[in-house]
Amino acid sequence: MDFLIDDELQMLEESVRRLVARDYTFSHREQIRQSADGWSRQTWRQLADLGLLSLIVPEEWGGVGAGPIGAMLVSQVLGTGLLLEPFQASALVATHALIQLADAAQRERWLPSMMSGDVTAVFADAEMGDDETRPTLRTRAVREGNGWRLDGSKHMVYHSGSADLLLVSASVADDASGEVALFVVGADTPGVHRQSFRTVDDQRAAFIELTSVRVDADARVGADANVALCATRDFGLAMQCADALGTLERILAATIEYGRTRKQFGVAIGNFQALQHRMVDMYMQVEQARSMACLAACRCAGTDAALRSAAASAAKVAIGQASRFVGQQAVQLHAGMGMSDELDVSHCFRRLTAFELRGGSTDWHLRRYAKLTRLI
Amino acid sequence: MDLDFSTAELAFRDEVRDFLRTRLPADLRDRVTAGDDSRVKQDIPRWQAILHERGWGGPAWPVEFGGPGWTPTQQYIFETECALADAPLQLAFGIKMIAPVLMRYGTPEQQQRFLPRILAGQDWWCQGYSEPGSGSDLASLKTRAERDGDDYLVSGQKVWNTLGQFADWIFCLVRTDNNGKPQRGISFLLIDMKTPGITVRPTRLLDGTHEVNEIWFDQVRVPIGNRIGDENEGWTYAKFLLGHERTNIAGIGASKRELRRLKEMAGARFRDGASLLDDPLIASRIAQVEIELTALEITNLRVIFDAQNKRAPGPQASMLKIRGTEIHQRLTELQVEVTGSAALAFDTRHNDDVPRAMTDYLNRRKLSIYGGSNEIQRNIIAQMILNVQGA
Repeated sequence: MDFLIDDELQMLEESVRRLVARDYTFSHREQIRQSADGWSRQTWRQLADLGLLSLIVPEEWGGVGAGPIGAMLVSQVLGTGLLLEPFQASALVATHALIQLADAAQRERWLPSMMSGDVTAVFADAEMGDDETRPTLRTRAVREGNGWRLDGSKHMVYHSGSADLLLVSASVADDASGEVALFVVGADTPGVHRQSFRTVDDQRAAFIELTSVRVDADARVGADANVALCATRDFGLAMQCADALGTLERILAATIEYGRTRKQFGVAIGNFQALQHRMVDMYMQVEQARSMACLAACRCAGTDAALRSAAASAAKVAIGQASRFVGQQAVQLHAGMGMSDELDVSHCFRRLTAFELRGGSTDWHLRRYAKLTRLI
Repeated sequence: MDLDFSTAELAFRDEVRDFLRTRLPADLRDRVTAGDDSRVKQDIPRWQAILHERGWGGPAWPVEFGGPGWTPTQQYIFETECALADAPLQLAFGIKMIAPVLMRYGTPEQQQRFLPRILAGQDWWCQGYSEPGSGSDLASLKTRAERDGDDYLVSGQKVWNTLGQFADWIFCLVRTDNNGKPQRGISFLLIDMKTPGITVRPTRLLDGTHEVNEIWFDQVRVPIGNRIGDENEGWTYAKFLLGHERTNIAGIGASKRELRRLKEMAGARFRDGASLLDDPLIASRIAQVEIELTALEITNLRVIFDAQNKRAPGPQASMLKIRGTEIHQRLTELQVEVTGSAALAFDTRHNDDVPRAMTDYLNRRKLSIYGGSNEIQRNIIAQMILNVQGA
C-alpha cells in the first residue's frame, strides 16, 4: 500500500498545473466558452505539446505510457481548470478503446494523428434510455458485401459534434450471442447526422443518427468488443471522477477563501460556526471523493474486472453525491455572488451538475454496485 | 500508487489471521458476537494476557517498552483483523491512553511500575476526565487536589467514567490552581481505586447497560509521586493523550464486521417472498453505506501512509472520527430497519434467536459524543485545516 507518485508523473502534473494557472485563466476560458466551437485549437496544441494527447498510449507506440494513475492526475488538474477541450473524450476514452482493440495497421492509421492533435475521436456508445439496458445496444451492425451497414442513434456524446472520428459501438445483428462490435466511422461518412448543442457545463455534445451508414470491413476494430468496452466505460467513469475531483477542489478552495474575506456584522463570515461546520462537511466530502477517484483509477490499473466495475460505480456514486452537496453549499455560502455568472463558482456548479448526470445516474450505479457486492 | 497491501503486509495479515484462528478462545469470541458483556471483567484481561504472551499486547507500543514495534499499517491490519474476528476490544484506557502518557511524560519509576502490568492485563485502568459541568469544555473542571504534606487530598466528582466499576487505577485531571486561564492549574494524577474516599455509582444508559459510572472523591489521599509531570501542567499531558494514536480511530474493521452482519441479517429476512437483500430500497441503502465505508477505508489508508512517512495526521484524524462514527451508527440503524418490529423485544438480548440490533443501535449513539463530540471535531477541522476564520 502506497500513495507515492513517481517523479516523472509529478513533473508532468506540475507542468499541466502551470499551464492551467498561466493560460487557462477565468477570462481566457470565457473567451473560449463563448467562441463558435466552444473549445480552443490553440489550447489543444498546447496539450499536444505537453504530450497529453498521447498520455495513455504505450511508449512503444510513441506515447507517454502513463496508465490510469497518470491519467487520473492529469484529469484532476484539468478539472480544476474546467477544461473545455475534448481531452477526456479523445485522448483518454477513445484512445483507450483503440489501444485495446485496434490491430497494428489500424493503430498506424488512426493513433498518430490523434496523438498529434490533428484528429479528434469520440467513443459514441451511450444510447437514449440505456441506463436500463446497457450493454444491450440498439445500434445494429449488419454485414453487407465486404463491409458493414450501421443503423441506430447515439445519445449525448460529448465533443462528437466536432470530432473527426466516431468510435461507434453496435450489436452484430446476425449474431444471437449478443456480440458487440466497435467501428471507427469518419464523421463525414454519408448517413451520419449530428445535432450539436451546448451542454449545461458549457461543453459541446451531440445526438448522432446513423442511417444506413456503410463502412469497410477494416473499420471494425477487434472481434467481440464486449469485454474491452466494459473496461473503457469504467475507465471513462474513473477519468470523469478525477475531473470532477479537480472541480470540487477548486470550488471548495473558493468557498473557504470567501469565508475568510467576506465580512458581515463586522467579521469574516468564516467565524460563524454554522458556516464552519458546513465547510468542514464540504471538505470531508472532497476528501472522500479524492479517495474514491484513487480507488477507481487503481482498479483500472488492475486485472480484476468485477473489482474495477464495482470501484467505478462506487466512485461515480460517491463523487456524484459530493458534487451535488459541495456544489450546492458553495453557491449557498457565496450567497448572491454564488448565483452570479461572473464568479467561477457558478461555472464549477454547472460542471458538477453535469458530472452527476453523465455516464449513468447515481441510482443506476448504486444498483450496479449493489449487484456486484451483494455477497461481501 | 497502489491501494493493495504489499506481499509482506499480506503475509503479516495472514499471520494475524492464523493467530486469531488458533488463539482466540471460542467462548470469548462467541460472547463478543452475541454482544454479551456479562463476563467482560474476566474476558478483557484474559484476552490481553493471550496477546501479551504472543508479544502483541501493545500494538502501537515501541519495542523498548515491550511493544512489537509495528508500523502504522501493521497496527491497522491487526486492529481490523481483530474486529473482523470478533475478538474482545483491548481496554483503550490502559493500552492506548495512559500508557503513551507514561512513556512520554512518566518518570522511570512510574514507567516500571505501571507499564508492564498494563501490557500483561494485570491492571484495569479507567479515565477521570468529564465532570457534571465539564463535557466538551473540559478545562472548566472543578475536582480539586490540595497539598497535604507529601500527598494531595482529592475531592470532587467525575462522570461518564467507562467501566470504572472493574478498575484498579484511574487517571484523573484535577484542579491544583484556580488562578489564570482554566487550562492552567490542572494536574494529572494516577489514583489507586482502592484508596478510601472513592465511591463508584452506576449510571444506567439508554440501552439498559451499566457501562459508565459517577465517581465521587472525598478527601482521597494521593501521593505526590503519582502525579504525571509537573503540577499545573496537566492540560499538556491531557492534550497529548487525546491527540495520540488516532490513525485507527475510524474503526474500519468494526464497521466492516457490522456491514457483514447487516448483510447476513438482510439475507435471512424476507418480504413478499424475496430476501431483503434483493429489495431495491434496502439494497440501495446498504450499497450507499458500503460505498461510504469504502471511501473512508481509502482515506484511512492515506492518513496511515502519511503517518508512516512522518507526516503527522493531526486534524485529519478528526475526519476519521466523524465519518467513522457516522458510518458505524448508520450501520446499526440499518440493522434495526431490517430487523423491523422484532427489534422491539428488549429483555431477551442474549437469546441467540433475538438479534442484538436494538441494543447496539441504542448503545452506539455514544460514538458521536465521546472522545470529543463530532461537533468539537468539526471545530478542530475548521480551525486547523480550513483556517476559515480569516484575519
